[in-house]
Amino acid sequence: MCGIVGLFLKDKALEPQLGGLLTDMLITMTDRGPDSAGIAIYGEATSGRSKFTVQSDAADTVFETLAEQLSSEIGAPVGLRRKDTHAVLDFPEGKADDLRDALARVAPDVRVMSTGESIEIYKEVGLPKDVAARFDISSMSGSHGIGHTRMATESAVTTMGAHPFNTGADQCLVHNGSLSNHNSLRRKLLREGVRIETQNDTEVGAAYLTWKMREGASLGEALESSLKDLDGFFTFVVGTEDGFGVVRDPIACKPAVMAETDQYVAFGSEYRALVNLPGIEDARVWEPEPATVYFWKH
Amino acid sequence: MQTFDLAAEGLRTLNSTLHAQAEQTNQTAWDVINPRGSHAIAVGLDAPIEVHVKGSTGYYCAGMNKQATVHVHGSAGPGVAENMMSGTVIVEGDASQYAGATGRGGTLVIKGNASSRCGISMKGIDIIVHGNIGHMSAFMAQSGNLVVCGDAGDALGDSLYEARLFVRGSVKSLGADCIEKEMRPEHLEILANLLERGGCDARPEEFKRYGSARELYNFKPDNAY
Repeated sequence: MCGIVGLFLKDKALEPQLGGLLTDMLITMTDRGPDSAGIAIYGEATSGRSKFTVQSDAADTVFETLAEQLSSEIGAPVGLRRKDTHAVLDFPEGKADDLRDALARVAPDVRVMSTGESIEIYKEVGLPKDVAARFDISSMSGSHGIGHTRMATESAVTTMGAHPFNTGADQCLVHNGSLSNHNSLRRKLLREGVRIETQNDTEVGAAYLTWKMREGASLGEALESSLKDLDGFFTFVVGTEDGFGVVRDPIACKPAVMAETDQYVAFGSEYRALVNLPGIEDARVWEPEPATVYFWKH
Repeated sequence: MQTFDLAAEGLRTLNSTLHAQAEQTNQTAWDVINPRGSHAIAVGLDAPIEVHVKGSTGYYCAGMNKQATVHVHGSAGPGVAENMMSGTVIVEGDASQYAGATGRGGTLVIKGNASSRCGISMKGIDIIVHGNIGHMSAFMAQSGNLVVCGDAGDALGDSLYEARLFVRGSVKSLGADCIEKEMRPEHLEILANLLERGGCDARPEEFKRYGSARELYNFKPDNAY
């Protein structure tokens, strides 16, 4: 089991409430996944700047000097905004590869949670309410976001095993289910030079999408082909810079409910997650079809 | 009329209150307000009472029902009326996967659509769906009737035993050993009764009947021990 929530706002007036609404949805899904939780929020991008969300188990010491070290390594100003065990690094666009190399040199234990212009991913082990509080998710604004509560089945309960997984710049994936061919697929993707850091099945799913898109597929095409190449159970929700998508495997035993109004499109593993959304009483509520790719864009 | 606020009083209190209603209760009508997608609402009832759930429900609403009428004024999550024994369950909206699974008796009416595995392993329940049903419905269904006024998804009636399936619209594909069968007068009569009980605006003549070809392993006398 696991819980997924997602919220894609059509009405800009709701943007300041995005973090609050998603936090409430996430906490409702605690009994589907009390092991760990994570959330991806798409906020305002700053023109000409990119950002990494990074995590450290020794945040007190490491984050103290990290911005300074990275600035001198890449020869450009790097900003650092700390949030508990995570920090958002911002830097001039086009420097992402340099920054990743520099991180590996000066702080090899720091993990990269997300890369892009608008995405920030926060995830940790613990109850969803505690994870959300650590990062003060409820105060965050944004245009869309995805959250996940994890009940681990395929790999250890660790920060890196928590969802969402960053699949590329401003892209992320969350998963409810279990993949059965992740070991063979991981070997194949590693041979293709795709970065995979854990034994987690979902990370392989995320890496698969990254690889497909690197080979020229659109996100929609990558999701379509996942229906053929991934074996196992999955309800996936993916986030991109300007939208979010949903796909379920053909058996579709992992639950999914969607709701749409003039103000938003929402996803929940269960209807319970949606009951506090504004205007839910009059929303169009439906269950997404199996083996069908859904996508919403701004 | 008794009104029960689920958000205020909680699920265990609701179900134990409803379980306490005996055969001769005079508290026969209940409104459950603020269901908010909760699981296991009105499960295991065994009294001739009528429960109106004013909103949508989560997993396993009205499971194992006996005698009672449970009316969901919203949509129902997975496993609504699972293993129902008798009585009636009505869902005004849609029902999620495995609605009426393993049901042994009673009537389940879904006024919207039902998703995958509707009536899986049904054993005597009558399920009447006003809309469409999803894939693998009536898988290994043993007895009872499944009526679908809309369309059926893939693999309808796979490995079917003796349940009767009536579909008005299209069937995306039939499962192993499920075939279309002749609609004889006795079937039209059964179907007319089911459509009336389900409050369906449809005529029996518009439906096709599907059932077991009785060709799988279990139907071969030579395979008996």
